[in-house]
Amino acid sequence: MRVFKLIFKNALRHKLRTFLTVLGIAIAVMAFGLLRTVVTAWYVGVEASAANRLITRHAVSFIFPLPLAYRDKIARVPGVELVTYANWFGGVYIDKNQFFARLAVDAENIFDATPEFLIDQKELEAFKRERNACIIGEQIAKNYNLKIGDVMPVDGDIYPGRWEFVVRGIYHPRNKTTDPSQMLFHWQYLDERMRQEAPIRAGQVGWYIIRISNPDNSAAISDQIDAQFKNSRAETKTETERAFTQSFISMSSAIINAMNFISFVIIGIILLVLGNTMVMSARERVREYAVLKTFGFSAIHLVGLIGGESLLISSLGGAIGLALTFPMTQGFAASLPRGWFPIFNVEPITIFLACSSALLVGVLAALFPIQRALSTRIADGLRQIG
Amino acid sequence: MPGPIIEIKNLFKSYRRDSLEIPVLNDISLTVPEGEFLGLMGPSGSGKTTLLNLIAGIDKPNSGTVTVAGTDLSSLSESALAKWRSRHVGFIFQFYNLLPVLTAYENVELPLLLTSLSKKERREHVDAALDLVGLADRMDHYPRQLSGGQEQRVAIARAIAGDPTILIADEPTGDLDKQSAGEILTLLERLNDEFKKTIVVVTHDPRAAEKAHTIRHLDKGELT
Repeated sequence: MRVFKLIFKNALRHKLRTFLTVLGIAIAVMAFGLLRTVVTAWYVGVEASAANRLITRHAVSFIFPLPLAYRDKIARVPGVELVTYANWFGGVYIDKNQFFARLAVDAENIFDATPEFLIDQKELEAFKRERNACIIGEQIAKNYNLKIGDVMPVDGDIYPGRWEFVVRGIYHPRNKTTDPSQMLFHWQYLDERMRQEAPIRAGQVGWYIIRISNPDNSAAISDQIDAQFKNSRAETKTETERAFTQSFISMSSAIINAMNFISFVIIGIILLVLGNTMVMSARERVREYAVLKTFGFSAIHLVGLIGGESLLISSLGGAIGLALTFPMTQGFAASLPRGWFPIFNVEPITIFLACSSALLVGVLAALFPIQRALSTRIADGLRQIG
Repeated sequence: MPGPIIEIKNLFKSYRRDSLEIPVLNDISLTVPEGEFLGLMGPSGSGKTTLLNLIAGIDKPNSGTVTVAGTDLSSLSESALAKWRSRHVGFIFQFYNLLPVLTAYENVELPLLLTSLSKKERREHVDAALDLVGLADRMDHYPRQLSGGQEQRVAIARAIAGDPTILIADEPTGDLDKQSAGEILTLLERLNDEFKKTIVVVTHDPRAAEKAHTIRHLDKGELT
């Protein structure tokens, strides 16, 4: 009882210093949580990747299209169960701050390849029947108060002109790693208009989505697909969906790496802040520790006193910082263009990392003061002034 | 005549400062009978505090033996020595060394936390000790709310609360005014007379020396 009381009282001995230390830790943990949430949000697509899906894109870059004619050749490769395709449409809905993926897809089988998008069968049938129909994720429906039958006008940029889509279905994500904010419409609708307005762009798809029977064969199947188009005008690169998503993210890798690096630099800063406080505290109490040792308090007791105080401060700062992380991330998400990050949650791994970092810092910051308290001879400690 | 409670034989102690070996105590032999009130006097740097530390088991000699209450301290490990101190030695320091964040009661109770006493028993010990030093009514006060003399009385209560075998005092009146110093010396005398506590006190204070039964002088590490 007295030991905990002593730890608590020691921590509050210099109230301003402790307050500033706790505040520093709280801000650092909050910044850490925010950065980790951004990094996690960036990688959520990778986490959601299906193991049995391959992506075939242009060998140079996914911004170059592939001929639709490749579809049948890919479908004939052994191990391939299903081939579908998509185009990045882009465009502006309402204004440029309203960001979500708008994709032209093969309406006939896109939902066979993406079981993580849960769609009502009747809505799917209605979607397939109507050339300018679209299916939207539940997040889009919620954000823009859209319901079945509503028209979504989109101003094209990659594909110029005014486009109007009728909402015929709303899909729901299978789990929280599934993007609930995509808009999918008929590739044929896009292609027909391209034939009329820009024939050179007709008959082209952005990438193929391939479902395979055995994920273990993904490398061999990828090689076989790419071999078919070797030395053609549009050579392909086939890879797992995870690799594809990662390569997509890698375009921003410098920023993500910087954020990753900074998030761990923050941990170092916390360590310095708390370490400084603990070193100052321990230096002021050299004589007290000597007195305690004189009375018979052992090394374990001193470790408990110093380590306990360090852990108390780091835990308090960590808890406050973590509590602030949630409103901070919500505020940050609200400040971004809508839909910028389809999934932007403080993940359990972020909470775990923040908590364990705060605890680890508490332990590390106590090491030097503990070592000093234990190694100081009682006689020397008793002579200490201050 | 009571038997010796402290026996020191051929004690040598030196400190190393960088490459220099500094001798502090040179072939000290001393016997202190139980119930003695021994005063150690001498100029600064004569080795008084070092000798006190060796008797109290908070330092170890280079050679020679220190036997207190039948225990050869040089044979004990650091942890065993710590336990031994908690049971047998009460410390009174020149600057009181009370923990500023604890009340008088909590400071007195602090060494008792290492014993097997129950909370109720600890309370009885603390109450008795504070009552003895005349500070029962100040038990909830923090050190900053006490005068120097009162702080030293709390320190004495802390030293005697566990009923130690010997009391060790290093300049107990060195930081006090004349009146407070007199009160402390009277208290120590009472502990020796009434409670038969063996007391070893290092002092420069001639009035403290007057209270002691025996005075030994140290000069340049040798008892005279």
